[in-house]
Amino acid sequence: MVLEAKHISFRYGKESRQILEDFHLKMTREERVGLIAPSGFGKTTFCKILAGYEKPDDGEVLLDGRPLSSFGRYCPVQMIWQHPEQAVNPRLKMREVLAEGDGIEPRVIEGLGIEPDWLNRYPGEISGGEMQRFCIARALGERTRFLLADEISTMLDLITQSQIWSFLVQEVEQRGIGLLAVSHSRELLERVCTRVCDLDV
Amino acid sequence: MKKSNGRIRTALFFGAAVFLLFGITAGGLLLSEEAMVTDFSRKELAPGFPYLFGTDWLGRDMLARTLTGLSMSIRLGLLAAGISSLIALGLGIASATMGRAVDSVITWIIDLVMGIPHILLLILISYAAGKGLKGVIIGVSLTHWTSLARLIRGEVLQLKEASYIKVAKKLGMRPLDIARKHMLPHLFPQFLVGLVLLFPHAILHEASITFLGFGLSPEQPAVGVILSESMKYLATGKWWLAVFPGLLLVLTVMLFDMAGESLRKLLDPGSVHD
Repeated sequence: MVLEAKHISFRYGKESRQILEDFHLKMTREERVGLIAPSGFGKTTFCKILAGYEKPDDGEVLLDGRPLSSFGRYCPVQMIWQHPEQAVNPRLKMREVLAEGDGIEPRVIEGLGIEPDWLNRYPGEISGGEMQRFCIARALGERTRFLLADEISTMLDLITQSQIWSFLVQEVEQRGIGLLAVSHSRELLERVCTRVCDLDV
Repeated sequence: MKKSNGRIRTALFFGAAVFLLFGITAGGLLLSEEAMVTDFSRKELAPGFPYLFGTDWLGRDMLARTLTGLSMSIRLGLLAAGISSLIALGLGIASATMGRAVDSVITWIIDLVMGIPHILLLILISYAAGKGLKGVIIGVSLTHWTSLARLIRGEVLQLKEASYIKVAKKLGMRPLDIARKHMLPHLFPQFLVGLVLLFPHAILHEASITFLGFGLSPEQPAVGVILSESMKYLATGKWWLAVFPGLLLVLTVMLFDMAGESLRKLLDPGSVHD
């Protein structure tokens, strides 16, 4: 399977700045691609376009030559949001948040260090880092083929960061999920990814 | 522990308010025969035993008349507020989900209804609908939905943009499941509280248009009728004819308001700290 972004151009509204212009990216399920750029260069926007949250003004996103919308309701390209507290419903218990995902295996829950005790809590009762693990787990459903990780480790301490990244690398390698990792930190991306590309060229 | 005590107290408040309102309604229904009895041997008695609220110029028991009138007002208010909030729910959701054209038409109607003085519109509609009970119900229902509709429209618009709802869509959740699981739990408390807080308005407006002579017919024992009749006797010193029904009307309205506020605190715990 190949995920391909072709000639992507995008800006928010007519008056605002051009964020992406004629951007290309092509990756396979065996790859882990790092995406790096300073703030405001459209890293998150690009992830949203790849996962189908935003429509590009120009260009298209293809998965095996087909548009994402032709893959049924579950989107095979899943994005993990930078701010987990916005990506979970504050009125649902974490158990139900996990159940939104597509058959999350106990191995994933364990591998991310999610304590059974957290499952019965509401999002307001756990920390941002704990919540982010749930969001990562939720995105690792059965039918996920590509995973977009948008600065997922910025709110974690270094030990947790390394724990989560080593689990993620192992998991995507084992299941053949393509990973696009977005970060400010070139060191992290060079460590985690098979190749790194710059958005600001 | 302090927080849970607060919750229990709020729940007791709510229970007490609902119980009292229920009591007034039931009492009024039971006393409706009593309210019609005229007896000139006991006419114009000042408040005391056994006629706590006194009697009027036809010797009718004012307590029975007041309770019957209020009970009528409460039932009418429930019906009108119910209809009104259903209109609000329908229009609010339609406005937020059915595209820009529908939205601007509905917002325009909301602004239109809000722009006309409330009591004027109420009189116009209930007069056009043939006065009486039907006229009052239609009038109150058609004028009270605007602010709740606006609130629901705003809530739905905000929810539609919420990240977690977009994520749920990408995770393959059906639109109906999203509405049920992600939207309703947010909307329901707002809707319920809006509904309860509509009652006092509905009751007051029913009483005021009846007082002005555009509402219920004079033979019905409604609070508005009682108050407007007793105006004629105030100058002759029969103060109890207006004071007790008026006080009880204010008390009922305050009870509804209290019930609504405590319900809001119970359903939306975040606002307890306000």
